[in-house]
Amino acid sequence: MMLFNIAIKNLFGAKLRTSLNVFVTSVSFFLVIFVSGMYDGMREHAKNITIETEIAGGTYWHPKYDPMDPRTFEYSHSVMPPKIKRLIDQKYAFGVLVSQASIYPNGRIMPAIMKGITPGQTIVNIPTDVLEQDDDITIPVLIGSEMAKNSNLKIGDSFTIRWLDADRTYDADEGTIVHIMETENFKLDQGHIWIPLSKAQSMLAMENQATYVTYAKGLDVIQDTGDWIHHDVDYMIRDMEALIKADEPGAQVMYSILLALAAMGIFNAQILSIFRRGKEIGTLMALGMTRSRVVALFTLEGALNALLASAMALILFGPILFYFGENGIPLPIDYAEMGILVAKKLVPVYSLSLVISTMVLISIIVLIVSYIPSRKISRMKPTDALRGKAAV
Amino acid sequence: MSTKNVIDIKNLVKQFSVGEGYFTALQSVDLSLAEGEFVGLVGPSGSGKTTLLNIIGGLDSATHGSVNVLDKSIENTSHNERAEIRRKNMGFIFQSYNLLPVYTVYENVELPLILNNVEKTDRVKKVTQAIEWVGLQDKMNSKPAQMSGGECQRTAIARAIVHEPALLLADEPTANLDAENSHNIMKILSKLNTEMSTSFVFATHDEKIMGYLKRIIHLEDGKILNDKKISIPKFS
Repeated sequence: MMLFNIAIKNLFGAKLRTSLNVFVTSVSFFLVIFVSGMYDGMREHAKNITIETEIAGGTYWHPKYDPMDPRTFEYSHSVMPPKIKRLIDQKYAFGVLVSQASIYPNGRIMPAIMKGITPGQTIVNIPTDVLEQDDDITIPVLIGSEMAKNSNLKIGDSFTIRWLDADRTYDADEGTIVHIMETENFKLDQGHIWIPLSKAQSMLAMENQATYVTYAKGLDVIQDTGDWIHHDVDYMIRDMEALIKADEPGAQVMYSILLALAAMGIFNAQILSIFRRGKEIGTLMALGMTRSRVVALFTLEGALNALLASAMALILFGPILFYFGENGIPLPIDYAEMGILVAKKLVPVYSLSLVISTMVLISIIVLIVSYIPSRKISRMKPTDALRGKAAV
Repeated sequence: MSTKNVIDIKNLVKQFSVGEGYFTALQSVDLSLAEGEFVGLVGPSGSGKTTLLNIIGGLDSATHGSVNVLDKSIENTSHNERAEIRRKNMGFIFQSYNLLPVYTVYENVELPLILNNVEKTDRVKKVTQAIEWVGLQDKMNSKPAQMSGGECQRTAIARAIVHEPALLLADEPTANLDAENSHNIMKILSKLNTEMSTSFVFATHDEKIMGYLKRIIHLEDGKILNDKKISIPKFS
């Protein structure tokens, strides 16, 4: 208790010195948490966006459907099993009918993946309400901004869509762009045109059929789904999880580098501060403080420094961390153009383990860099310490 | 009535290694100091007076010889035991005051009592009294940087006497002060010596303070040249 009182007095007495040390440590807290949070966010955000815009609670696939192989689209459709159909009727799920198509924007020909989706669904974050049928428009089409850019299409533009129906007959009609969506999931954007499900079913002569069904979060898995295959969220994001896992060593290296940089800053500030106090340590020893108590006092000051730095980081940098955690940081480059699923803005993710491990590790660093120099000085002859002969 | 000795030094030798050889700072020093004495170790720079003071205070150790301070053999005690002797029974006054810069006068004076685990109520009483002794009541909340050299040294004196030590060691306490402040400091110390049973040992080459000393021990080249008792000091 006596040492605690002296440590408190030393810390609050030396306003400038304490402020500088605490500030340096709190900046270290902030930088490590922020940069690591951005790195984690970069990986986590892509996963979250995929879940929000594509997967929701999970999916039921037609057994022949392989999203990586467009040749399967022609065969991967059927009438939905009754239990899945019931989910759709209850608006807990929606069906998507997938087929290959060609579009002719401005006289050019472009291959496209045509997806029929239930207008007005609210299960995934795609603005499908814009596809509500307008009698004046033959085929209302929703596309993403990248697709619009590549095809040079604008809202209101009409173009020809050609497709192969279930009877293996080519047919064509006029589609009109009713909306251009901004989505961070390039898989919904590039090469995709979205039309109303019922329209797609009638165009393809596949009444009441779908390729896959996406259901809302929180629903139990239906067991009796015929030959349709259930895929949960974990399955759907397995590739991303594998990527994240593969990137973990990289993330750990980066975290270590950040910690090392922070440690160097703290080390400089603490070492300078303690070695400048060599004469003070000598005086304390002359007044009868034992070596172990001197070391304990300065280590305790380091611990209190870390504690104050945590509070300062929370007060000074907490709002900044929160702001970027909520709003993200817009990226100057659209990585979707490169086919990389990176968000258009980086939203840092601060996991509890990141915050706690950073605070614990930095506090340990502060304790070590407080302990080592004070131990070194306390082992000097008091007469040398009194003369301020302490040196790094 | 016989008085108890607070310091008994026999055949003290202190050598410092210099390069591959060594420098002898003190050689064959014999010294006894009785309770309540007011002694000056005087001599030119390098005569060994500060080294002797440091050894008495347990801040440095002897190369040879026996050093008994307050009935404890200093050469046979551990660092922690020496720290305890200093904490409980000694006070130090340094040439450059060695006050803790972030502490106020009150807090600097209070420090030895905190180290000795003195209760808060006792601390308040003792600190106030020590500050009154040195006449710094109006500076209680000032920090060293806000005070003159004389005031800083008076604070250091208050810190050295606040726990009523048996032995007070002062290394050149007036070297950084002007004549007026030097006399003020010595008057305070002389008065404390009269009122308390504390023994005082000064290391000094300041002629101004010689007139206050009741015993003057001349050192030169690490040896005691003469040891003179003054029956009536000039500024008594």
